Amino acid sequence: MEQTAMIGGRKAKIARFFAMLGLIVIFIAYMFPFLMVVINSLKQKRDIIKSPFSWLFTIKGLSFDNFVKAFTQMDFLNAFKNSMIVTVSATVLVTLLASMLAYYIVRNNNLISKIVFALMVASMIIPFQAIMIPLVSIYGGTLNVLNHRITLIFMHTGFSMAMSVFMFHGFIKGNIPIALEEAAYVEGCTRTQTFFTVVFPLLKPIISTMVILNAMAFWNDFLLPSLVLTDKKLLTLPLSTYSFYGTYSADYGTIMAGLLLCVLPILILYLVLQKQIIGGVVAGAVK
Amino acid sequence: MKAKNKGKDFCIFALLGILFFAAVVIVPFVYGVYLTFTDWNGVSQVKNFIGLKNYIGVAKDTQFWTALLLTFKYVIVVVILVNVIAFGIAYLLTRGIKGQNFFRAGFFTPNLIGGIVLGYIWQFVFSRVFVNIGEATGMKLFEISWLSDPDKAFAAMVLVTVWQLSGYMILIYVAGFMGLSEDVLEAASLDGAAGFNKLRYIVLPLMMSSVTICLFLTLSRAFMVYDVNLALTAGGPYGTTEMAAMHVYEKAFTSRQFGVGQAEALVLFVVVACISGLQVYLTKKKEVEA
Repeated sequence: MEQTAMIGGRKAKIARFFAMLGLIVIFIAYMFPFLMVVINSLKQKRDIIKSPFSWLFTIKGLSFDNFVKAFTQMDFLNAFKNSMIVTVSATVLVTLLASMLAYYIVRNNNLISKIVFALMVASMIIPFQAIMIPLVSIYGGTLNVLNHRITLIFMHTGFSMAMSVFMFHGFIKGNIPIALEEAAYVEGCTRTQTFFTVVFPLLKPIISTMVILNAMAFWNDFLLPSLVLTDKKLLTLPLSTYSFYGTYSADYGTIMAGLLLCVLPILILYLVLQKQIIGGVVAGAVK
Repeated sequence: MKAKNKGKDFCIFALLGILFFAAVVIVPFVYGVYLTFTDWNGVSQVKNFIGLKNYIGVAKDTQFWTALLLTFKYVIVVVILVNVIAFGIAYLLTRGIKGQNFFRAGFFTPNLIGGIVLGYIWQFVFSRVFVNIGEATGMKLFEISWLSDPDKAFAAMVLVTVWQLSGYMILIYVAGFMGLSEDVLEAASLDGAAGFNKLRYIVLPLMMSSVTICLFLTLSRAFMVYDVNLALTAGGPYGTTEMAAMHVYEKAFTSRQFGVGQAEALVLFVVVACISGLQVYLTKKKEVEA
């Protein structure tokens, strides 16, 4: 271990070589399931059953038929659109509401602020399972507002408030000097104007962290949407994958193509925003 | 800030956010506690107060305790494996090798994808790919699908979870290793610390804040596992891999015993809260400043 300190030493080189070798082996093992999906999504069922490993060029009848079938059967475009609407609206809403609430709490050290903040921090340990039954009971029974996209957006926003406020609170407290705002007040700005023109732009780093964390959570969530939405037209991607799988589970090629279609949009986004996503996740976890 | 604006500011900045939070978290939580004392069946308007009957129902629900015990077993194995593996890989990654960012990004990929899709991908791997390896090589281990044997189905759950979560924890451990002060490590080496001793007495104590975070995240995630459970094994074969969170769901929405289901959810909540609280307290005590 201490050899690595001596950069350029022979032992260090050998150690680095083995570290690299080990990593490559582990990495391939990690990627193995994805590899299987990609390979088999282009094959026909009989070839998959014969051997999931057979390479593409040894197979006859290689085609994109699976993708066409999965695309139409899953109603991919519609599910994609639903996921987009829900994710984008809930993310925008929670970013706006949480940053404003956190700002209020930091700048107004009164009783309400203290109580709200304490409740939010405490609520972060409540798992969703402890709330889902009464949630369905209230919104499904008494209010009867399930099966609307807007209900899901509302709930996503509500559930992510506590964590988001907590993160914004920490950032505003540590990084936004009050002197800037006082200068704006002297200039005659109202509080709302001050927040949006002076404070909000300064929150950019924490906003990008929270947008990434929240959007990923909303996009992939299954349990909450499955309780709220049942109408086929409204299903988000994870939900439509679930129902699609139930119908076609024996049709391996189509299933693999469907799964790949689901993963593709996120992977493309990941390729572009890799640095920001990883940075956001680390920042979110460490705080 | 002028005093007369106080009420207005509150309405503009705080009110809406508080309302959302209260309507979705606080009200259902409180209402949920109330539900456990009623005989509500999910449909009728009538809710009768029945005291602690639901909690007696929880005590008698042997399936729940089996599921909880299984969840404990699962959590222990997952937490240990995830953290040991992630710590090890993060250590290798920070040895000054090329392509560190590429590896790190690759390992994290499973965390971008929802548990349902991951579960299905692995279902294919276990029931087709592994079985095919078994047929081709004659390896007993892969002869029949892991998902049709209770013990192996449990192992499958563990494998998939470890595969997913370790990629997440690698990020945090890598950040921790990068934050280690080179001076301290060099000083330790000069003083003759090496190998396991250096890891045990120098590196690990300095990495404790990362360990606290990772343990907390793996604990709470593993305890609440649902998506992967549903997509990979659906509790099968014969309900042998049904974890606590899934049992709560089934109790309420399939068996329609909402009161008992909610009471079980609260029991689970208290258990998880106590264990994670204890863990954070214990590991935080071990944190040191460099």
